[in-house]
Amino acid sequence: MSVTVNCFATLARFAPPDADMPAAAGLSVGQTIDLLGIPRPNVKTVFVNGLHATMDKVLSEGDRVGIFPAVAGG
Amino acid sequence: MSRLLRINTKDKTFAFSDMGPYSGMGGRALTSRIVSREVPPTCHPLGAKNKLVIATGMITGRPAGSSGRLSVGAKSPLTGGIKESNVGGSFAQRLARLDLMGIVLENQPAYGSAPCYIVLGKDGVTFEDASDMQYLGTYDTVKRLMDKYGEKSSVLCIGPAGETLRQNASIQVADPEGRPARAAGRGGMGAVLGSKAIKAIVIVETGEAPPIVDKEAFKAASKRWVEIIKGHPVTAEGLPGFGTAVLVNVINEAGALPTKNFREGRFEFAKDISGERMVEIIKERGGKVKEGCHAGCIIQCSQAYHGPDGKYLTSGFEYETIWGFGANLLVKDYDQMAMLDRLCDDLGLDTIETANTMAMLMEAGVLNWGDGAAAIEALKQVYDPKNPMGRIIGGGAEYTAKAYGVTRVPTVKGQSLPAYDPRAVKGVGVTYCTTPQGADHTAGYSVCQNILGVGGKVDPLDKAGQVELSKALQIATAAIDATGFCLFVAFPVLDTADGVQCMCDMITAASGSPFHPEDFLKLGRTILQDEFAFNQAAGFTSAHDQLPEFFEEPLAPHNVTWDFTAAEMQAVKAM
Repeated sequence: MSVTVNCFATLARFAPPDADMPAAAGLSVGQTIDLLGIPRPNVKTVFVNGLHATMDKVLSEGDRVGIFPAVAGG
Repeated sequence: MSRLLRINTKDKTFAFSDMGPYSGMGGRALTSRIVSREVPPTCHPLGAKNKLVIATGMITGRPAGSSGRLSVGAKSPLTGGIKESNVGGSFAQRLARLDLMGIVLENQPAYGSAPCYIVLGKDGVTFEDASDMQYLGTYDTVKRLMDKYGEKSSVLCIGPAGETLRQNASIQVADPEGRPARAAGRGGMGAVLGSKAIKAIVIVETGEAPPIVDKEAFKAASKRWVEIIKGHPVTAEGLPGFGTAVLVNVINEAGALPTKNFREGRFEFAKDISGERMVEIIKERGGKVKEGCHAGCIIQCSQAYHGPDGKYLTSGFEYETIWGFGANLLVKDYDQMAMLDRLCDDLGLDTIETANTMAMLMEAGVLNWGDGAAAIEALKQVYDPKNPMGRIIGGGAEYTAKAYGVTRVPTVKGQSLPAYDPRAVKGVGVTYCTTPQGADHTAGYSVCQNILGVGGKVDPLDKAGQVELSKALQIATAAIDATGFCLFVAFPVLDTADGVQCMCDMITAASGSPFHPEDFLKLGRTILQDEFAFNQAAGFTSAHDQLPEFFEEPLAPHNVTWDFTAAEMQAVKAM
């Protein structure tokens, strides 16, 4: 299966090309972050399909994943 | 001993006095107390009975990082309620150095009187004719005044919008570079200054640093303060690295980025209007990625954005502005958004209100969705005081909607919603509805806990816990707005066990009077009590604490609706 993964702000350089990432069945958010080489302490927020996700959340075909460091503004 | 300066704008007289019943107050505590005690709640906001209060913070002027904020308060011509508009720039620190906590502008000259500007020194005020600056943009106004009074002078002023008493007029404050890019934007404070025929106030003396009673204790606390701010990734990396526009992508991912006048929660071209993209453009053109809005800021969320010609175009280019002129209008051209920001600063208009006003013109078919170039041309008409379209635009979103028969109007208490769809960030929706300020995200920024995971977590799509969250944040925010600290210190403070204590330690050391965390919360409650009481006396009821009914429509991608009744949110107002 494949998933769409975007990494933002200081993590942008870890993003897969064209945001497209092949994924084995059962892949979790945490494993995705590890595969991309992002140090987990640098990750503050992960959205899967627009909802907050924990590290053990298992991904499904076509999921949209957004990975963020700590950011705020306003 | 700090003082108040009262200026009678009719007689052109002034008086310095001690703080009297306002002793110990600063910032929003001072503006809201004076307005609630001295301004009749039912008065006309642009009449002689309204007063404009300009106040420096409790700690401002001392070497405490990111504490140079200014509060501007009055009865608002936009909302009809009490207003405190908070702004950076150099003015707050300079006011403190004159041993002044605040300026109260009272009364007004006869209608049609020639404008003047006020020159302020430590012991005197002069009134100078401003006829030759009438309807001049704020950039040229500041330049003329700084050319005359020197580069160390500090200026706040209004543009054509304030001079024509437009309900959406801002007061612009010059930053350390002499650029009037910092706005006391919300609620029409510029129109109140314009109603008193004051074009600008210039501080011409550098004065002296205000006293610190216990220097050693202050030094220790301010050192810890720097550690707290510099030790948090939001204030140490995110804000200086990308500005507040770093939020575009995260709010878009969360499905809460209002798009096409709050029709959808995601914008197809979010990446094109992101903070990440802004930084690329700034670097390509030799601008500055980070800049402080006042001396001694240790966050530096501002920037210098240069145009295609490589020359400075704007700064203080905020997430809210970029959302408003971008996703909300379906515009994806950064330079068009930057020009709209620059024009707002120069005309003296709030960007959030102006962006929503443009959305009303697009709803009406006067402009086409996504046509940023046409929005720029429409906005320029505000420079001409006789141009009817300019007059309408300067009145804000609700006024423009009425002029064109638009019914999809995103306002609460007459003030436009900012950059978070309340259906998908329900905590900030509660703030929009219940704050005495009219729809305002800064008054209780539940986005922290709803979306960003700062200061805890509360599910953004669920009603549970949002009323309590908004209330706690509104209290804390009011207190921070009184101290003179920038509200952005709240991000690390919320995540740091001794954050509030450290703020209190600095205030205690500076003033010599004990100020504890419980005093901090009491201060916040007291401010809100003043503000709620004023609004109630001005005629506001719980019926005014609700979003427009179109928010009952489902919002993609989460298909969420606004489902709070006004009654369910009243607990926020019980102090």
